[in-house]
Amino acid sequence: MKFKPQTKQKIAFILLGIAASIVIIPVILILAILIQRGLPAISWQFLTEMPRMGMRAGGIFPAIVGTLCLVFCAISVALPLGVLTAVYLVEYAKRNWWTRMIEIAIVNLAGVPSVVYGLFGLGLFVIFFQFGSSILAGALTLAIMELPVIITSSKEALMSVPRSFREASLALGVSRWQTIRHVVLPNALPGILTGAILGISRTAGETAPILFTVAAFYLPRLPKSIFDQCMALPYHLYVLSTQVPNVKPALQYGTALVLVGMVFLLNLVAIIVRARIRSKKQW
Amino acid sequence: MRRFKEFIIEKIILLSGFACILFVILIFFFLAKDGLALFKFSSPWNFLFGTLWSPLSEPPQIGILPLFLGSLIVTIGAAVISVPLGMACAIFIAEIAPKWMREILKAGVELLAAIPSIVIGFIGMTMLSPIVKHIFHLPTGLTALTGSIALAFMAIPTMVSIMEDSISSVPRIYKEGSLALGATHWQTIYRVIIPAASSGIVAAIMLGIGRVIGETMAVMMLTGNASVMPHTILAPVRTMTATIAAEMGETVRGSEHYFALFAIGLVLFGITFLINFLADMARHRKNK
Amino acid sequence: MVDKIVVADLSIDYGGVHALRHVNLAIKDKEILGVIGPANSGKTSFLRALNRLNDLDLSCRMTGSIKLNGKDINRDMDAEEVRKKVTMVFALPIPLPMSIFDNVAYGPRRHGLNDKKKLKEIVEKSLRAAFLWDEVKDRLDSSGMKLSGGQQQRLCIARTLAVEPEVILYDEPCSGLDPISTAKVEEAMRELKIRYTQILVTNNVKQAARVGDRVAFFLMGELVEIDETRKLFTTPRDKRTNDYLTGRFG
Repeated sequence: MKFKPQTKQKIAFILLGIAASIVIIPVILILAILIQRGLPAISWQFLTEMPRMGMRAGGIFPAIVGTLCLVFCAISVALPLGVLTAVYLVEYAKRNWWTRMIEIAIVNLAGVPSVVYGLFGLGLFVIFFQFGSSILAGALTLAIMELPVIITSSKEALMSVPRSFREASLALGVSRWQTIRHVVLPNALPGILTGAILGISRTAGETAPILFTVAAFYLPRLPKSIFDQCMALPYHLYVLSTQVPNVKPALQYGTALVLVGMVFLLNLVAIIVRARIRSKKQW
Repeated sequence: MRRFKEFIIEKIILLSGFACILFVILIFFFLAKDGLALFKFSSPWNFLFGTLWSPLSEPPQIGILPLFLGSLIVTIGAAVISVPLGMACAIFIAEIAPKWMREILKAGVELLAAIPSIVIGFIGMTMLSPIVKHIFHLPTGLTALTGSIALAFMAIPTMVSIMEDSISSVPRIYKEGSLALGATHWQTIYRVIIPAASSGIVAAIMLGIGRVIGETMAVMMLTGNASVMPHTILAPVRTMTATIAAEMGETVRGSEHYFALFAIGLVLFGITFLINFLADMARHRKNK
Repeated sequence: MVDKIVVADLSIDYGGVHALRHVNLAIKDKEILGVIGPANSGKTSFLRALNRLNDLDLSCRMTGSIKLNGKDINRDMDAEEVRKKVTMVFALPIPLPMSIFDNVAYGPRRHGLNDKKKLKEIVEKSLRAAFLWDEVKDRLDSSGMKLSGGQQQRLCIARTLAVEPEVILYDEPCSGLDPISTAKVEEAMRELKIRYTQILVTNNVKQAARVGDRVAFFLMGELVEIDETRKLFTTPRDKRTNDYLTGRFG
C-alpha cells in the first residue's frame, strides 16, 4: 500500500502521540492509586506513632525520622564535596587527560548499581572502618552515591555564570578564589541548591544501598546517635510488602504515599526554585 | 596569611577533584578484595558458567549463569519495551507537541523518574502482576516479563531526557533546509533529525539499559526470584542484583557465599562500567 | 615625561595562531594612548597582555617583556598585583549582579578593606570621578544592573577607580553606547588624565582622535605606527596607516 507523505505523517504523529501517552498514563495511574488507597490510612497518629504488633498496626514515625536523618547526613557530606569538585572542574581544571579521567569517574559513579553501593558501603564503612550497621555508614554510602548528581548540577550552575563576571573581578586584581567565593558561587547558588534538593529526593527513596549498611527491620524507637541503626521509609515499605504476612493494605499504601509525597514535595521545591531563578535572572 | 588561606583552599579544591577517582578505585578495590576471595573455593570458570546457584546446599553450588541470564532476559525485555516507547516519546516532546503539552509531558517524565524504585516494585506487585497472571494464564504473576515492564518505565525517563536533549540540539538549519526542499515534517524527522542526533540517542539507550541492569528493588519484588535457568520470559527468574540484595542479609561474613555475592557485585560493576564508558564515548563523539 | 609601561619585543599566539608580532612601544605616564586598527589586528590581545588577562586563556603563548614602572609584570610581579595596578574596563558594561554601592566597593573589600566609613568615602570619590555620583547618589542600594548602558559603563569605570590603579585599560568601552553616553564616558576619561595613565582600544578612529594624546595603529598583529595624535592623523608615515584612516580597508 502506498500512502501520500501527508497521510504517512499523520499516521506517524498519531502513533508517536499514543506512545507518549503510554509513558505518561502510568504515572497518573500510580499517583491516583496511591492517593486513593493510601490517603485513608494517613492520620496524625500514623505519622507520629511507633509501629506496633510486629508492624501490623501503629505508625511509621521512626521510619520517617530515620529517612530524614540519613538524607540530612548524606547531603551534608555530599554537598560540600560535590560543589568543590564542580568548582575544580569548572574553574581550575585544564583540558587534559587527568580531567577526562575525573569526568569518566563521575559518569561511572553515576552508573554503579545501587546494590553495588550497598556492598561497597558494607565493605568499607561497616567492616573496614568498623562503623557497624549505623546511620554514619548508610549516610556515607548514600553521599557517595548522590555525589554525581550534585557535581553535574553544580557544574551546570557554575558554567551558567557569565565568564565576563569573572573577568571583571579578576581585572580588579581580585584573586581567583576570592572571585569564585564572592562572584561565582553566590550567583550559582540557586542552581546548586536545586541540584542538592534533587539529590536529596533521590536518596530519600533508595533502598538497596541502605539494606546492609544501616536499615533496621523493626526498631520501634528513635536513633540516639549517628552510630545507631535506624528504620527508613523505603526499607519499611519493602518489609511491609514482602516480609511481614497479613499486613493491612492500607498500611502499605499509606507508607508508600508518605514516601512518594516526601520525594515529590522535594522535587516540587526544586522546580519552584529553578523557576524563580529563571524569572529573577538579571543577565 | 590571606595568601596562605587561599593556597590551602585551592589545594582542598584540587583534592576534591580527585575524590571521584578515588571513590571509583575504592569501590573496585573493596569489591575485588572480597569478590576475588571466592576463587580460593571455586574456579572462575565454574563461577561464571556454572548452571546451578545454590549457595546453601552442601557443598555450595556457585554458578551465576542462571542469574546472569535472568538479568539478561529482564534487561532485553525492558529494552524492547522502553527503546521504542522512549524514542517515540522524546520525538513527540521535542518536535511535535505544542508548547503547553510539552511542559506537561516533561513534568510527567520527571515525576516518573522521581518515583522510588521500591514504590514501582510495590505497585507492580499489587497491580501489574495480577494482570500479567490473568492475561497469560500463569500460576504466578511474578515473572521476568513483569519485571521487564516495570523496569522499562524506570529506564524511560533517563532515555527520554537525554534523547530529547540531543534532538533539540540538532541545528535548526538542518531542519529548515529539509523543510525548504519540500519534505514533510515527518520525513525531516526520520531522514534528517534522527540521524543527526543518533550518537546522543545511542548514548541514551545505553544509559537507560545501564540503569535497568543495576536496578534492584523493583526487580527483586517482581521477578519471582527463582534461581533456575530461564527458558521463557513468562517464568520467574532471578537477577544478579536481586540475589545480592536478598541473600546478603543471611550470609556469614567470610563464607564462600559471602564472597560469591561480592563477586557478583564485581561482575555488575564491570558491566555497568563498560556500558557507561561506552555511552560517554558516544556522547563525546557528538561534541567533536 | 617618564615611561610608565615599556613593551619590548612582545609576541603572542593563541594555540599557534599569531595575534601579535614583535611589538615595541613605550607608554608615558598620565597620557591617553589610543589604539586603533581593524578587527583581528591584535589590539585587544595587546591590551589583555598588559594586565595579564591572557593568563586565563590556556592556549595563549607569550614572548617578550612588559615592564611596569621598570618591573617585569610576568616575572617580578604576581597577576593580582599587576591587575590591581593596571585595571580594565570592558567592551560591554559588566556591572556585577549587586547594588551600585557594592559594585564600587567590591575591589577595595576584596583587597581587605572593611571599614564602613572609609568604604563610603571611596565609593563617593570614585563615583564622582566617573561622573556618575549625581545620577545615582540617592539609590546606591539599587542593583547596578538596572542602570542605563552609559551609566553602567561609568559604574564600571568607578569600580576600577576604587582600587586606586595606576593604569586604566579600556577595551572598546563605548561600542555598545549611544552618542550622548559616549560623550560622557569620554569626558570622564579626559578628567581622569590628571591622575591616571590610560590606554583606549577602539574601533572608532574619531574617538581615538578626540581623546588620545598619542595613537598607535595595529594591523595584522603588527604595530605599524605610533605617534602624536595630530601627526598620525595628518601626516602618517606609513602608507598602510593612511589607507586605513582614509577608509580603504577595515
